[in-house]
Amino acid sequence: MPSHRQLIASAIVVLLLALIPLAGSRYAVDLTTEVLIYALFALSLNVLIGFTGNISFGHAAYFAIGGYACAILLTTYGWPLALALPAAVVLAGLVAAVVGFFCVRLTQIYFAMLTLAFAMLVWGIAFKWKEVTGGDDGLTGIKVPAMLTNHVNYFYFTLAVVSAGIAALWVICHSAFGLTLVAIRENSVRAGFIGVDTRRMRWAAFTVAGTFGGLAGALFGMYHRGMYIENAFWTESANVLIMVLLGGIYSFVGPIIGAAVLHLLQVFTNQYTPYWPTVLGLILLVIVMVLPDGLIGLARRVKARGGRS
Amino acid sequence: MTLTMFTLNAFYGLALAMNMFIIASGLNLIFGVLRVINFAHGMFYMFGAYITFTVAKTWGAPFFVGVLAAAVALGLIAFVVERLLLRHLYDKEHLMQLLFTFALVLLMSDAAKMIWGTDQYSVGYPPGMGGAVNLDFVILPQYQLFLCVVGPLIAVAMWFVVDRTRWGRVVRAATQDREMLAALGVNVPMVYAAVFTIGSALAGVGGALAAPRIALVPGMDATIINECFIIVIIGGLGNMWGSFLGALAFGFVVQFGTVLAPNWQDVLPYLLMLAVLIVRPWGLLGRPETGH
Repeated sequence: MPSHRQLIASAIVVLLLALIPLAGSRYAVDLTTEVLIYALFALSLNVLIGFTGNISFGHAAYFAIGGYACAILLTTYGWPLALALPAAVVLAGLVAAVVGFFCVRLTQIYFAMLTLAFAMLVWGIAFKWKEVTGGDDGLTGIKVPAMLTNHVNYFYFTLAVVSAGIAALWVICHSAFGLTLVAIRENSVRAGFIGVDTRRMRWAAFTVAGTFGGLAGALFGMYHRGMYIENAFWTESANVLIMVLLGGIYSFVGPIIGAAVLHLLQVFTNQYTPYWPTVLGLILLVIVMVLPDGLIGLARRVKARGGRS
Repeated sequence: MTLTMFTLNAFYGLALAMNMFIIASGLNLIFGVLRVINFAHGMFYMFGAYITFTVAKTWGAPFFVGVLAAAVALGLIAFVVERLLLRHLYDKEHLMQLLFTFALVLLMSDAAKMIWGTDQYSVGYPPGMGGAVNLDFVILPQYQLFLCVVGPLIAVAMWFVVDRTRWGRVVRAATQDREMLAALGVNVPMVYAAVFTIGSALAGVGGALAAPRIALVPGMDATIINECFIIVIIGGLGNMWGSFLGALAFGFVVQFGTVLAPNWQDVLPYLLMLAVLIVRPWGLLGRPETGH
């Protein structure tokens, strides 16, 4: 269970976020909605990376499956949101379970390559299955329930769903299951010796990550009223991976901070220059060369140094 | 499908396979020795094609000077990148190396935009290779025929260098135990630099040789890197002949897929890869990982 301090801090953060629409700026509301969605997306990936030590390079696949499935069920089949959203999340989880079954047979770089390959298969299907997904024109005009068409309402909806999702992930990551995952990350051979079925645990982690990634995707599709094949492309998988790393993989809130910083940085950079890729490339170089433990790691180091002097 | 159509498609598939092998073998070599998955390999390929365009079309030099320029330029870029940055990352996690090469992709994609813009370019067939060879029942284009010769030549050359020369033995030793090799007095960092340079130059050559066959557009790097991944995974990561087999399988599946299932040719390679991986998780000629 979270400590009282953590609970109070989280409540204050959610409350402060809930006050944002009062400022009256549509821009701020939309930007916060986007950050919330990416935060959930990044956090779901970190179940695999930070907690289990498995690098997935195809996480965009589940984001896209959740987004496309929710959009198709809402628009093409006219399902109500209360059914479409859970169905999309379950579908993303199921696909993750099937893909994960094959991927967890491998480890390290081989695992990463296989996740990438499966993700590109998903991208290929989104690209070519025109009748259902709209192909490279994208799936536009997603029918969102009338109540959520207003951007402030959608913001509150996103805030509620993402908060619930993050809370659920927190519980999962701090349960006995989550601790087992950390044991696998730290030393999978030893975890195996003390009786942990490491492959099954990694499989479960893969499924959890895919499920919550799907939830983030569904929120994303409804927010943009469209899903595009770029959302399934490997560059998107790389993007979320960078968010996770920028924040720091060895802390629960790291990916949230990474998602916020990277997304805001991207939005602001795009206002001044079309060369966001260059900026992102330089950020990456900094992470790789001097900041391997992310912003959270940097903060901890600064704090530790301050404490000593 | 008539014999003529079959032969023609098999031939085009082979030419595609050989072009892909040249590119993928570079990626595979780098992975085999350095254990780095180089996401920038597709970007190196794209630069190879664009450089050939500039040298052969804009400056009007012969096509093969363009190919040479591409190889030298990419080798040089790779050498500098390796010496300045990449070599500091070998001891770090795979993830850091992966991200480093992704950073290269981002920086180089913007550089390409600045240098060449976003227009579509084409490089014609080199003079004397635009024609076709008539075999009575089928007519085979010369340039593709040329690719079918160059691919195996490069494969044999690589096999010879890696398996039959002293330097090749050093390279193979570097994949086994760097520290022991260094203790024996071999300059291991320079071996790594050389492998990265050669592997990247192969991407440049592959791009240069692909240039007459394809349209040069931004984003061509992203497609090719995925296809290369498919090929090296099918064949088994780090295994040169595996990449050769993988390239053949890829070439035939894509070519016949284009004819038989025209809407799905982009998805078929992934299905092929999945089929291979379900039966052999480490690829056709790959060996299971050795723990650690």
